[in-house]
Amino acid sequence: MICDNCGKRVATVHITKIENGKKTDFHLCEQCAISENTISINTSFSISDLLTGILNNTEYFPLKFDFQEELKCPVCGLSYNRFRETGRFGCSNCYKTFGDRLNPLFRRLHGNINHLGKIPVRTGGKMKKVREIEKLKAALNFAVKNEEYEKAAEIRDRIKELDRISKGEENK
Amino acid sequence: MKGWITEKGPLNEIVLSSRVRIARNLKNTPFPTYLNKEQSAEIIKMIENTFIDFPGIEYKFQNMNEIEGQEKQILVEKHLISPELAKSNKGAAIIREDEFVSIMINEEDHIRIQTILPGLQINKAWHMADEIDNNLERNLDFAYDEKLGYLTCCPTNVGTGLRASTMVHLPALNLTGNIGKILQTVTKIGLTIRGLYGEGTEILGNLFQISNQVTLGPAEEEITDNTNGVTNQIVEKEREARNILLNTGRVHLEDKIWRSWGILKNAKIISSQESMNLLSDLRLGIDLNIIRGLSVSTLNEIMIEAQPANINKYANKELSPEDRDILRAQIIKNKL
Repeated sequence: MICDNCGKRVATVHITKIENGKKTDFHLCEQCAISENTISINTSFSISDLLTGILNNTEYFPLKFDFQEELKCPVCGLSYNRFRETGRFGCSNCYKTFGDRLNPLFRRLHGNINHLGKIPVRTGGKMKKVREIEKLKAALNFAVKNEEYEKAAEIRDRIKELDRISKGEENK
Repeated sequence: MKGWITEKGPLNEIVLSSRVRIARNLKNTPFPTYLNKEQSAEIIKMIENTFIDFPGIEYKFQNMNEIEGQEKQILVEKHLISPELAKSNKGAAIIREDEFVSIMINEEDHIRIQTILPGLQINKAWHMADEIDNNLERNLDFAYDEKLGYLTCCPTNVGTGLRASTMVHLPALNLTGNIGKILQTVTKIGLTIRGLYGEGTEILGNLFQISNQVTLGPAEEEITDNTNGVTNQIVEKEREARNILLNTGRVHLEDKIWRSWGILKNAKIISSQESMNLLSDLRLGIDLNIIRGLSVSTLNEIMIEAQPANINKYANKELSPEDRDILRAQIIKNKL
């Protein structure tokens, strides 16, 4: 589900607002929920207070907050909230569990969300070929753009060959 | 003393050492903070066994549970292990005999491979660490994601898990107030520079560490090239600043350096902080040919030997801070 506000990021905060008996649903990404302050509430609580679960008691407030689900890593048991408090993962599986909602964090820390460096030697064989094909495709585009057609043809043949090899390996 | 402390390396007059650290974790295993004693012992055993197969070079295995506090502290002072590992009761370290390589087990991550070389040799340090990583990977399944790369306990290390850093001596840039400007510039390209050894914001002995901040995105070689290139440029700027100091006030500079020499040679009581700052003057004096017949590695040795745990070891007992300051003065005097 995409954020109602920015239309880009995944919506992870789901809000049900009940006003004069009328129900409205909001789906926001965390950033918009915090920074845009889209929903104005006449209380002294900040949105980030709400996010950390202070408003679990819906009795006194016209707002009901709940995350898609109580996100917890099935391997180590670390919850997303706990991760937000400590800034440390419990195991490598947490990355998969928390998924795309980590992307804004990676962008802020590294300016990137994709690893382009080392691939493990023993276990990364297939990944290496995929990465090489990606690189060659970029080089092919560049060559075509610069009208270096002879070079482009060479690169294309190399891509075909790599494709054939990796498909052959899959069929083994 | 051995390793980066005593060996020579390129640009050694300004660059004390180059260090590479890579973080690796085991697949389907909680990170060290979430391990109990038995589980951590199992991991230590597993990595130790993998290591036994390593060809040629001798490694020393040290379980943090089995060595004394002072021994651990000495390893910290020589930069072979982190203070965090020394505090932990679940960790271990494997240290190569020549002390250029150390592997920390169950620090924040299951494995942290560290290589430290003298002078500016960041690319070589990376290749050494890379090779050890490949050797370990033959028998161990690392946590790796196609999109995110190597998965680490802290999101600041994900991707390459690589921290490439150099330790540099920048007295002239510090004196002329240029460090702030450099910090601003390097930050823009994903690097950082910070004072070393100091408590809080205080900088001791004009020593700084330049390192990459970004670990996800750029390839390892890009990161090491970047740190290498920036260090080279900063060395150049430091040289310029040194020349300016020499040309505008040679006598004052010589006076400062020889006064520091005088204090270090004659003091009866000296604190760690004071000695670090005076040693900085001597280091500058050696590079500018004002002091002859003294080597930077002697200064490195003093710098390490003048730290608390090393002094206690020298005395063979736990000394009070004042007694340590007295013995420190003696050690320095003898060395010089």
